[in-house]
Amino acid sequence: MLRSFELCEPTSVAEASVLLARHGDAARIYAGGTELILAMKEGLIHYDHLVNVKTIPGLAGVRLDGGALRIGAATPHRVLERDPIVRERFPAVARMETDVANVRVREVGTLGGNLCFAEPHADPGALLQVFDATVRIEKKGGGRTILLEQLFVGPFETCLEGDELLTEIVVPPLPEHSAAAYLKFGFLERPSVGVGVAVTLDDGRVADARIAVGSVGPVPRRMREAEAVLKGKAIAESVAALPEAGQIAARAAEAITDLHGSAEYKEHLVGVLLRRAWEQALAAVDGRAGR
Amino acid sequence: MREIPMTVVVNGEKHELTVPAWETLIECLRDRLGLLGVKKSCDVQVCGACTVLLDDRPVSACTVLAFEARGKSLRTIEGLARGDELHPVQEAFVEHGALQCGFCTPGMIMATVALLGENPRPTADEVKHYMRGNICRCTGYKRILEAILDASRRMSGGAKGNGGAKGNDGAKGNDGAKGNGGTKGTDGR
Ligand SMILES: Cc1cc2nc3c(=O)[nH]c(=O)nc-3n(C[C@H](O)[C@H](O)[C@H](O)COP(=O)(O)OP(=O)(O)OC[C@H]3O[C@@H](n4cnc5c(N)ncnc54)[C@H](O)[C@@H]3O)c2cc1C
Ligand code: FES
Ligand code: FES
Repeated sequence: MLRSFELCEPTSVAEASVLLARHGDAARIYAGGTELILAMKEGLIHYDHLVNVKTIPGLAGVRLDGGALRIGAATPHRVLERDPIVRERFPAVARMETDVANVRVREVGTLGGNLCFAEPHADPGALLQVFDATVRIEKKGGGRTILLEQLFVGPFETCLEGDELLTEIVVPPLPEHSAAAYLKFGFLERPSVGVGVAVTLDDGRVADARIAVGSVGPVPRRMREAEAVLKGKAIAESVAALPEAGQIAARAAEAITDLHGSAEYKEHLVGVLLRRAWEQALAAVDGRAGR
Repeated sequence: MREIPMTVVVNGEKHELTVPAWETLIECLRDRLGLLGVKKSCDVQVCGACTVLLDDRPVSACTVLAFEARGKSLRTIEGLARGDELHPVQEAFVEHGALQCGFCTPGMIMATVALLGENPRPTADEVKHYMRGNICRCTGYKRILEAILDASRRMSGGAKGNGGAKGNDGAKGNDGAKGNGGTKGTDGR
């Protein structure tokens, strides 16, 4: 049984922000509740006020804007998984979403809730970073846009202030002749390791390489040193350089030993998944598949 | 708001209820409405025993709050049979022996109804992917998979029974469950 609380249903971001400011630590945003209600049921946390953001018009939904994907924070995973635009223009994002949790969690759990909970063992935070995704954060009287990678401060910790809401995730398109891929491995409900990559080819060379690793350490991270190893190389050379890139990424991921595996094991998996994801992305650029 | 008034249609029947904000759907269904087919097992959204359909979408009744059903329709295992006539998914589960202790069965069947509502002719892999969140401790899943594929054939007008490729791919009728739930455009629901 949950302890009692008051449900607040604001109809604007400003109103939600005012409620959060007024109640301070006694209030929390409630989106899908797939994390929050679990933690409250276990008695780990309690809030006297839950602020339901699903009643704010316009906070859920997906649209294309000048090639970029704009995702309302309250959009459930299942919408991203099935949306025709996401599937066509951002297939790696749709595919990643089909493998988040189980279908019931995906129906109810939102992308914003996933990112704001900042549980280290999660998928979207890693893949979306290779798109240079940004997030829009708003409160009464103002807002800011930051890179998604700046959102994550530590395990279960974001840079959001108490009265701020995440309102939108913006995923810019990759340049021409690019593809992204995301692979994960885990044996519990949540991933032990997740690796996202994006590759841009230009005349047989790697014009750009982006790598992000999630679940392994405290926060999902871009691995710029590892990217540098692959950039500028001919395609075959980039493949030959994957072990080196993998080692650098594994070290930079700050792996920790936990229920999901030992640090050493996760570091090994970073290398394996990086290689596979890179090859998958290479094959996907401009239908190179099968070649 | 601490008490939330709502109208909800449960298995086709309209109810006017007032629920505390903190009541979970499973408490509402079992304790308030006496629908004991909804099972609670893990209580943390990993097993699927509590699967019910909220506007035809599968949710975990153990965690979703009751007020989320405001203005919506709920379907539980009790709402599937018509009188003495079992729903085709129930029939297939019985005929294939897709249950042993039966504790997971209501959730399995409700998840199957949701799956076939949005994808009337799933492949075996699609079934496995969709049903991954529904756990059974007894059966080993083989019979469950067979029952689901058979139910899909029956509901989309294919041949009855457990033949392999006997299904008739043409007819796509489906027993009132939503035809192609979900691909509703870009702004979700
Ligand atoms: C069994 C299970 C398996 C899972 N497996 C995976 C997996 O494989 N991969 C994966 O990535 N995730 C996984 N998850 C996590 C799942 O994706 C999240 O539970 C879900 O996305 C959270 O969304 P929500 O809307 O339910 O968040 P809520 O529970 O409503 O909120 C979570 C937190 O975010 C805050 N919050 C929510 N929305 C906002 C906002 N707009 N602005 C500011 N703060 C906000 C809330 O205050 C709360 O602190 C799993 C979860 C479960 C229960
Ligand atoms: S009891 Fe709800 S998912 Fe297990
Ligand atoms: S039949 Fe016993 S848990 Fe599935």
